[in-house]
Amino acid sequence: MPSAIRLRGVVKRFGELTAVDGLDLDVPAGSCVGLLGPNGAGKSTTMKALTAQVIADQGELEVLGYRLPEDSKQARAQMGVVPQLDNLDVSLTVEQNLLVFAHLYRVPAGERKAAIGRALTMANLGDRRRSKVDQLSGGMRRRLLIARALLHEPRLVLLDEPTVGLDPQVRQELWALIDRLRSEGVSILMSTHYIEEAERLCDNVTIMSHGKAVAVGPPSELIAEHAGAEAIEVYGAPTRLIEVEGIARARGWRTRRTGTSVSILHANGDTQLEGERRVTNLEDVFVLLTGEEIA
Amino acid sequence: MAATVAQRRLGRLERAALQGVMVREVVNYSSFWRSSTFSSTVDPTVYLLAFGFGFGSLVSTVAGYDYINFVGTGIVATTVLFSGAFPAMYSTFVKYEFQHTYDAILAAPVDTEELVTAEALWIAARTGTYGCVPMLVAAVFGLDLSLGMLLVPAIAALAGCGWACFGIFIAARAKGIESFSYWQSGLLTPMFLVAGTFFPLGELPTWAQVAGNLNPLFHCVELVRHAVFAFAGWYDVGHVAFLVGFALVSWRLAIRFMERKLIL
Repeated sequence: MPSAIRLRGVVKRFGELTAVDGLDLDVPAGSCVGLLGPNGAGKSTTMKALTAQVIADQGELEVLGYRLPEDSKQARAQMGVVPQLDNLDVSLTVEQNLLVFAHLYRVPAGERKAAIGRALTMANLGDRRRSKVDQLSGGMRRRLLIARALLHEPRLVLLDEPTVGLDPQVRQELWALIDRLRSEGVSILMSTHYIEEAERLCDNVTIMSHGKAVAVGPPSELIAEHAGAEAIEVYGAPTRLIEVEGIARARGWRTRRTGTSVSILHANGDTQLEGERRVTNLEDVFVLLTGEEIA
Repeated sequence: MAATVAQRRLGRLERAALQGVMVREVVNYSSFWRSSTFSSTVDPTVYLLAFGFGFGSLVSTVAGYDYINFVGTGIVATTVLFSGAFPAMYSTFVKYEFQHTYDAILAAPVDTEELVTAEALWIAARTGTYGCVPMLVAAVFGLDLSLGMLLVPAIAALAGCGWACFGIFIAARAKGIESFSYWQSGLLTPMFLVAGTFFPLGELPTWAQVAGNLNPLFHCVELVRHAVFAFAGWYDVGHVAFLVGFALVSWRLAIRFMERKLIL
């Protein structure tokens, strides 16, 4: 399958700090890939490199078959970007915001009206077209950001933390929207630190830590490989938890703290320790591999 | 439609990109044109009236001109500064720092060079228009009308283009909005006063005259005055050349420093 995005050995340094440190990343055409990682793992720098707003110090970057940074403009003409920070023009209406970007994305004059109508329908904002952006709720603004990225029917969409800071029901609305895009064959790269989001939407995930990819694969395979099928969740006083961790370590099982409990992984539930059995998830993998709790 | 874009290699300074950035400016302008027009034209008009009545009551002619003719033409340069450099500085800074507008624009098929050029051209178009307002006010108070006034929008737009780029350059170098004070008090205010707008440079010490000749506003003042009353041959070619040079240098500086700021 041809790649929508292909990165090899990408390095980006900011002075002393190496934000991206030899990253390989693939987004096969038509698939949805999640870029996971704790804060500071290099996700945002990677996303910016894909639009040539960050220029890599080393490595190869290819987006939609174009080499970056030299042919980035061509790639940008065929991709839509949903930024993490809301950068809508707040004193303009919903429709005016879309009109401006229909121009910036070079939608031909005769097709602009239809493109705006289609984007409004897709984002379910048809009845708010004349509302000013500063009158919209947070969820509507995020939907407008997505609509803005879809005006020119891009082949690739980059979503940078698309649901951060939103209510659970609004988040689910956005998931439905992203899932619809995916079903239409658009390639998607989504950075997120909501594990559930990646687990539900992504065909593949790349887990980043300290600027590198530490695990790549479909969520189910990563879970099976790194966390096993079932986990035992042992609750107790802090001293008991330390004791449980010692027992697990002695038997070669991996553990992770989840605040008030210890999760014992990779034992497939057979620990002979008193605890609650539960299905393992991508969060277990994430914490094991990055050594960090998520927000 | 994406396929048609892909077929050819996209170049530098493309019309579609310039137009896209300008459409954004024009649509936004429709929501704040009142305040912008007010500040860009009322400030210079106040200076015009204050100097016209205040100074004008003390002197009748300056450098061979009736004072109203002298200050009524010179004031165009003040308007160019107020409606060119200042909006460029503040709007660039706000769009970069608070609205993150440039992130969105540069994610589209637009380069920094196109972004800066389109924004500067749009501001230049505004200075071309605003530049004439205080001059027309002066006409009410006795500034002689002439055909040469028809050239003033073009002169104001040329000078405005340079100042818009210079304003973008200042904003690109600014770490915080407070650093604008250094540029404003240290450079722009002295330039605004020593431009031959309100009093001729001829009476000043030699060093100030030399400094005045390096001031783009002085060349704008002279050119407007000569366009309205009588051209001065090669001198005016020199003034045009200076303004073109100023615009070109500021344009490249603005692009260079905006790239440093926007592309990491």
